[in-house]
Amino acid sequence: MEASVEPGNLAGVRHIILVLSGKGGVGKSTISTELALALRHAGKKVGILDVDLCGPSIPRMLRAQGQAVHQCDGGWVPVFVDREQSISLMSVGFLLERPDEAVVWRGPKKNALIKQFVSDVAWGQLDYLVVDTPPGTSDEHMAAVEALRPYRPLGAVVVTTPQAVSVADVRRELTFCRKTGLRVMGVVENMSGFTCPHCAECASVFSRGGGRELAGLAGVPFLGSVPLDPALTQSLEEGRDFIQEFPGSPAFPALTAIAQKILDATPAQAS
Amino acid sequence: MEEVPHDCPGADSAQAGRGASCQGCPNQRLCASGAGATPDPAIEEIKEKMKTVKHKILVLSGKGGVGKSTFSAHLAHGLAEDENTQVALLDIDICGPSIPKIMGLEGEQYVDENLGVMSIGFLLSSPDDAVIWRGPKKNGMIKQFLRDVDWGEVDYLIVDTPPGTSDEHLSVVQYLTAARIDGAVLVTTPQEVSLQDVRKEINFCRKVKLPIIGVVENMSGFICPNCKKESQIFPPTTGGAAAMCHDLKLPLLGRVPLDPHIGKSCDKGQSFLVEAPDSPATVAYRSIIQRIQEFCNLHQSKEENLISS
Repeated sequence: MEASVEPGNLAGVRHIILVLSGKGGVGKSTISTELALALRHAGKKVGILDVDLCGPSIPRMLRAQGQAVHQCDGGWVPVFVDREQSISLMSVGFLLERPDEAVVWRGPKKNALIKQFVSDVAWGQLDYLVVDTPPGTSDEHMAAVEALRPYRPLGAVVVTTPQAVSVADVRRELTFCRKTGLRVMGVVENMSGFTCPHCAECASVFSRGGGRELAGLAGVPFLGSVPLDPALTQSLEEGRDFIQEFPGSPAFPALTAIAQKILDATPAQAS
Repeated sequence: MEEVPHDCPGADSAQAGRGASCQGCPNQRLCASGAGATPDPAIEEIKEKMKTVKHKILVLSGKGGVGKSTFSAHLAHGLAEDENTQVALLDIDICGPSIPKIMGLEGEQYVDENLGVMSIGFLLSSPDDAVIWRGPKKNGMIKQFLRDVDWGEVDYLIVDTPPGTSDEHLSVVQYLTAARIDGAVLVTTPQEVSLQDVRKEINFCRKVKLPIIGVVENMSGFICPNCKKESQIFPPTTGGAAAMCHDLKLPLLGRVPLDPHIGKSCDKGQSFLVEAPDSPATVAYRSIIQRIQEFCNLHQSKEENLISS
């Protein structure tokens, strides 16, 4: 028997997507950020909830580091990263006194903050809420999935890199999704090859093919391969809008195709 | 392993045994009696066990995917090339145990006679098994690894950790404090997105008084196998690890370039140092390993001087 939940601060959020991996450093925050930017360019209002408490990367990626979080009647006001207020963001990064401050918390304290992030941020009207997670299958993931369950997320985008070491962890993440009843919207293979800017030869820096194979084996959609792209890395370092500024760059077609697949997979009416 | 409630405040917290979430927990009476406030007896037990382990090195980052496991594995391989050196590699990444695959092990614990490995990966029956554990259960596993594994006479115990600054990191430092850790090696990649997390890890080390051996900058430039020209895939927009080390007065142990063979060797479970002995990455690794050995030996002779004086 499910207790009915006051929609509260998530009442105006139409669709929720979690970005997961089992593996660290595969590009979850990158994909979360670029997905949000691409959806914004498709005319959508997007929020990003960064529940990576130990390594909150999103503020820098959207040039929002150091911003203050204000309170309103409904709770925390998320930080708008642009003048048009089309992308809003909440991250523990905004709550730290100093950027180098380490959040050295055990599980229970992390769970408590994540529950607050889900229920106490006044998101307002959003087409999509993208939830970026840390690597693993532990406290943060269980807390986020449990807190979001009543709002029936659209599903999870699972990110991997091509090599076996990464795929091995991501298989476990897919099991986590199955066990927690989280629908997998698809697998993204990131860092999928590098085209040398000097001679145009493509090198498989982190092996090849693992992501597509994994999607096939697990019976989930393959959303696409994103190549290594120094312009993308540079944009993230500087908090620039890659989708707007680098339409000719190698990663652009893959990232926009992934966003389009998400749009296509979104049901027409609000949940 | 005991089941703990979801919102366990922690056995050493002021709320231990008294919180609402403590109701029904098998440890409630123990915690409420204040027993949680006394040091865990396992710490002394682990100190005893660690008497036969000469040097203990933690491999940390704040950031995921920078190459901690790759580095830990190759540090182990490099040290174990001397057959008179006994090396043990402990993988405490409970959710994402990469070490068995990188070391080419499917359940056996010995790569060579002088190189042993322990990981939760060995205890999982299927590659799809997910370890969906909260903090307290992960801590229990780490305690078991340190206390209940028969490590024997070991020259170097290398501990590979997951990214972050949470349960696993607190627990391994807590359980090994009495046994004295030589220090931590911090791994990063050149870009600021990584460095900002690694600075947090450095602060963590300072908070828990863990000595820092130094920093390794991984994926530091890419040499195209075709035209041999260099590209920066992960650009050091804020000066890379060198600038960070300069600011924080820490040694930069070395910079390892990206070599596609590293990923392939890890996937096959082979030592990259053996597969590609002439790669600039191998040269970098060997130099870093030597510096770590020098640090550990210096530590050891300092201690011996203290004891004998």
